Amino acid sequence: MKIPFSYSLRNLWTRRLTTTLTASGMALVVFVLAAILMLAQGLQKTLVETGSYDNALVIRRSSESEVQSGVDRYQASIVESDPAVTVGKDGKRLLAKEIVVLITLPKRGTNMPSNVTIRGITEESLKLRPQVKLIRGRMPRPGSAEIVTGGSVVKRFNGTDIGESLRFGTRDWIVVGVFDAGSTGFNSEIWGDSDQLMQAFRRPVYSSVLFKLRDPGDFEALKNRVEKDPRLTLEIKRETQYYDDQSKMMAKFLRILGISLTTIFSLGAIIGAMITMYAAVANRIGEIGTLRALGFQRASILSAFLLESLLLGLAGGVAGLLCASLMQFVSISTVNFQTFSELEFTFSLNGEIVYIALIFSLIMGFVGGVLPAIRASRMNIVDALRES
Amino acid sequence: MNILKILFKNAFRHKLRTGLTILSITIAILAFCLLRTVISAWYAGVEASSANRLVTRNAVSLIFSLPFSYKEKIRQTEGVSTVSYGNWFGGIYIDEKNFFANFAVEPKTYLDLYPEFRLSEDQKNAFLRDRRGFMAGQKLAAKYGWRLGDIVTLKGTIFPGNWEFVLRGIYKGKDDTTDESQFLFHWDYLNETLKRTAPGRADQVGFYMIGVSNPALSTQVAERVDKSFKNSIAETLTETEKAFQMGFVSMSNAIITAIRLVSLVVIVIILAVVANTMAMTSRERIGEYSIFKTLGFGGWRIAGLIFGESLVITMIGCAFGVGFTFPVADAFGHAMGTYFPVFNVDNDTLGLAVLYSFAVGILSAIIPTYRAIKIPIADGLRSIG
Repeated sequence: MKIPFSYSLRNLWTRRLTTTLTASGMALVVFVLAAILMLAQGLQKTLVETGSYDNALVIRRSSESEVQSGVDRYQASIVESDPAVTVGKDGKRLLAKEIVVLITLPKRGTNMPSNVTIRGITEESLKLRPQVKLIRGRMPRPGSAEIVTGGSVVKRFNGTDIGESLRFGTRDWIVVGVFDAGSTGFNSEIWGDSDQLMQAFRRPVYSSVLFKLRDPGDFEALKNRVEKDPRLTLEIKRETQYYDDQSKMMAKFLRILGISLTTIFSLGAIIGAMITMYAAVANRIGEIGTLRALGFQRASILSAFLLESLLLGLAGGVAGLLCASLMQFVSISTVNFQTFSELEFTFSLNGEIVYIALIFSLIMGFVGGVLPAIRASRMNIVDALRES
Repeated sequence: MNILKILFKNAFRHKLRTGLTILSITIAILAFCLLRTVISAWYAGVEASSANRLVTRNAVSLIFSLPFSYKEKIRQTEGVSTVSYGNWFGGIYIDEKNFFANFAVEPKTYLDLYPEFRLSEDQKNAFLRDRRGFMAGQKLAAKYGWRLGDIVTLKGTIFPGNWEFVLRGIYKGKDDTTDESQFLFHWDYLNETLKRTAPGRADQVGFYMIGVSNPALSTQVAERVDKSFKNSIAETLTETEKAFQMGFVSMSNAIITAIRLVSLVVIVIILAVVANTMAMTSRERIGEYSIFKTLGFGGWRIAGLIFGESLVITMIGCAFGVGFTFPVADAFGHAMGTYFPVFNVDNDTLGLAVLYSFAVGILSAIIPTYRAIKIPIADGLRSIG
């Protein structure tokens, strides 16, 4: 015979203060777990959405990021003539030779300096990145010292709004437009004319070559061709792969941090649940004896107490997740160690995180409740009845 | 004395519950101390910086270099005593995971500027004489089992190719705030190689390290240096070493803030646990408190009992937590050696741990005390746990 579900539920309700305190301890643990996983997920999502699958990116071998890379004009032109590059309707190749560098800018409000990525673009750059849309002003005219800034740069850095200007490379650069690139990494960049920027920074080499593949399935052959060519010291990646690599270290760091922190924290919360459940058992010895005398099995007592503890965990888990889901409205901006530039991203919740967080809270409830439940189920009927 | 005895007796009446509560406080305080130590490890570079060193770099950003020719001009600037220079090399040892800082520097002046890197005279001479030589901190050398004379190869990410170095010196730090996991080699080796392989990138310096004769005048010296390169191709930005290091820390501000918040969350978690324990304890003892009241003991005595018991539990937990922090921090510091070169528990952290435990003890006792005092005697005597 089974003890009704409502028995466990109403026991929790009777001891509201204790239940709330225990569940809130667990809720905090779940909150920390979910928030950190959401952060890692948000970072990865931002960087993965930045790339497109049918674009290929060429950088110098073993340089890891565009900023460290250097592709000279000769090598760039060899890549440009490869048959895998899509030719547009106007007969021009859909290929952009870009320069990417970091500049230090003061943040709005605090004036603390941070690194911003600045990208020298060509006419094709925008066509290769349909996710980037101009929302105010206009694009820079080729051959002029004009720049456009990403939405999150405008929010965070001094002198980056339309009409303002930045000074670097012994020139003043006027901001003529603001673009929005959704939740991608481009939103944290500044774009200007590639040739002008190369001049200003005295860098006679490109950082990367980006082009659209004529046939996205044909990537392997192209990779072979580029990486085996003795004239080229280059490495080619799908754009999606490139950005995924950029987020790997940081996302891994966040995940490890999140999991190890919550494991330690959860010990505290599990002990809290254990204390509560031991007290629940101790207070109800007479009750347990009565239940046994009525004919309920040891197993039903065990499961009733376990259920109570699992409910406690679940309550904590749901509360923690609810708080964590509010974090989705918060965006965070930090330096990605791998690219060394400031990147804005948001907390992002997905089914997997919900699943992990709930499982985690149930595990906490289970571990906290199992010993007290065993103690309850192993009680001797006579002793238990005599107790009260 | 008697009161302490009754507090202890009370606290340990429920051995299992109190034991578990103490255990959870221990874990929480340990986690709190470790997180705070991680934050202070972030600031290690700032702490270790010296007031009489200035750093000059390209004003645009760190990735741009400065011409080697600036050296003489900086040296002639009033107030400058020593000029050293170097590049962040960014080499990878076997795998990307094996991260450590590696710089190409002008060795003689650099060692003059960093007296905290202690090296025996023979090793120093051997390092200075061998252009392919490098010196490593003792932590770094111990981690990879390098011995003097070993050849170590780094894969360049900024400067392509495989670079071979010979270990000529192992330095020790002056005290435990010194970073003992750096890898330093001759700038000349880098530059001479670049002259052959990539002449366009040769004779470029990533940063100048300036020793000033009078630290009080360092701001003026920095201004003088920057002024002399104003409106040139490569404008400079000179700041004290402290400000330079702070720049790195402030970039990861968001992460530091997050860790700070999380370290407070753990305190709130134990607050919930201890408050729960105290709530249960006092509910069970409502009858006893009523008897105390009947005997004529005032409310403040009962309050004293509950607060005292709560504090006894939290402070024992805190003592254990703080006690375990040292060996655990030591082990953690060893495991994460190259990411956090300096990993020491500072006194502020311990002070905060004690303070927060005390606060938790007080806060958890408030509601139970209120209930115990408010309940009418008759109700209290009638109530059952």
